[in-house]
Amino acid sequence: MTNIAEIQSQIKASSARSVVEAALTKARDNENYHALLSFTDSRALERADKVDSGQITGRLAGVPFVVKDNFLAFGAPTTAASHMLESFQAPLQATAIEKLEAEGAICIGKANLDAFAHGGSTENSAFGPTKNAFDMSRVAGGSSGGSAVVTALHIVPFALGSDTGGSIRQPASFNGVVGVKPTYGTVSRYGVVAMASSTDTIGTFATSAADAEFIMSIISGRDARDMTTLPDFFVPQAIRPAQKIGLIKEFMSDEVDPEVRARTNEYAERLRAEGHVVEEVSLPIVQYTLAMYYIIVPAEVSSNLARYDGIRYGHRAAAPTSLGDLYGRSRDEGFVAENKRRIMIGSYVLSSGFFDAYYQQAQKARTLLIRAFNELFESYDVLLGPVTPTPAFRLGENTSDPIKMYLADIMTVPASLAGIPAISVPAGVSQAGLPIGVQLIGQRRSDANLLSLARSLEEK
Amino acid sequence: MTDISRDDVLHLAQLSSLQLSDQEIDELQVDLPHILTYVQQLSELDTTGVEPTYQVTDLENVWRDDTIVEYGISREQLLDLAPESTAHSIKVPKVL
Repeated sequence: MTNIAEIQSQIKASSARSVVEAALTKARDNENYHALLSFTDSRALERADKVDSGQITGRLAGVPFVVKDNFLAFGAPTTAASHMLESFQAPLQATAIEKLEAEGAICIGKANLDAFAHGGSTENSAFGPTKNAFDMSRVAGGSSGGSAVVTALHIVPFALGSDTGGSIRQPASFNGVVGVKPTYGTVSRYGVVAMASSTDTIGTFATSAADAEFIMSIISGRDARDMTTLPDFFVPQAIRPAQKIGLIKEFMSDEVDPEVRARTNEYAERLRAEGHVVEEVSLPIVQYTLAMYYIIVPAEVSSNLARYDGIRYGHRAAAPTSLGDLYGRSRDEGFVAENKRRIMIGSYVLSSGFFDAYYQQAQKARTLLIRAFNELFESYDVLLGPVTPTPAFRLGENTSDPIKMYLADIMTVPASLAGIPAISVPAGVSQAGLPIGVQLIGQRRSDANLLSLARSLEEK
Repeated sequence: MTDISRDDVLHLAQLSSLQLSDQEIDELQVDLPHILTYVQQLSELDTTGVEPTYQVTDLENVWRDDTIVEYGISREQLLDLAPESTAHSIKVPKVL
């Protein structure tokens, strides 16, 4: 295990430069996983030297990390794993990165993702898929697959990702690491490529809940550059004893892999052994959440991706014959199939005549989902369930059937649509040795409680 | 199954500013009805009198002083991002 404290003692014993060099070497030795799209060597080593000379200090001085390549960062292009932004050199850095750098952390590279974060396997990357850290014939999960795998391979102790419908939690589960999707608005999204603005969140991967909690406490908080950010509330907290935890019945149906259910039940037993009460609860409306998600998110995607027009930045098609031709071909060449599928669905559900039946209905259904969650949170502190219906699937297994791929998100999208925090915590492996995670879901702004609960179990 | 004609795909592509290849049009004509049919199950939900939720932050009207904030990004840096620029302007094909 590589945790932040161990890295810090290595830095103390040797130097930030040697630790950063070792991380870069390890990253290159593992290039067959295709977890990283670029390395930021020169900037990283320059900053490491400044840590060693005392010019850069902070609570993470010299600690290497990785960011998903939809975060604008200096030292390498920001591609969003797309041809559209293949050579985009960011003129600014994401607030989350700035906050980590202010504490002395050192970004060593940019992680692979599904292009524009559209997908759940990293197979939609324009530059090829990332392989699972435990089985190279299987997917890393997605869309933050690269960030999960570099953490699981212990290349870095933590990595940033974005989660719009499960893009941190699902790959965390597939690779046996902790993944945090915070309350909507916890972390500034300034400088992160927008996907679906009403559910986009920024979070972290780490090898322990304790480290994840520490990173979240640094990157959270108000940012004048993202007016949806909430005033500071993320303060790590001591474990509250005897919590009431609801195990979501609908997530434990026969359609869910038996080993996934077994690991979830074992986690429930461990919570009981700690003095918490775990009871089965029902959230029947979850059966409709995937339908809500695949209306609302494509609608927002089609709007957010309208900015990629080949004019101001990004890919421009060669020898355009007209402005329309420039737009049309630049976008056709710059986006992958899944981007186009979502843009087209978004255009459909937002078009006149269909707006009420699809988009409006989905947003009303979302209100019902939020009410159902709120009712449960009147009696329960935390909700528990699996993260995904199965462990990591095989590369290519779901690529020909979009609905089958979308179904992998069925247990992660509810928290996204409701804007509530949810974390993925390792809960053991399958007989085949594949990691399985469980999900802890809480009410708005209860992020620190979820993490302290997970921490209390990992300390056992 | 939601019926999507080839003309429907072309119309959506036009709305989306996507100049699709023939093969992409064929594939989308298969995928779109499947996805739309799946999401149509939402019509089973009774949402009479339910207000839609467009955003999930409990914030509203976040005010700030109307002052210029220096973001440290120059006009030249932004122009450098454009695929083609000339004389401090972004170059585009003839519109009219």
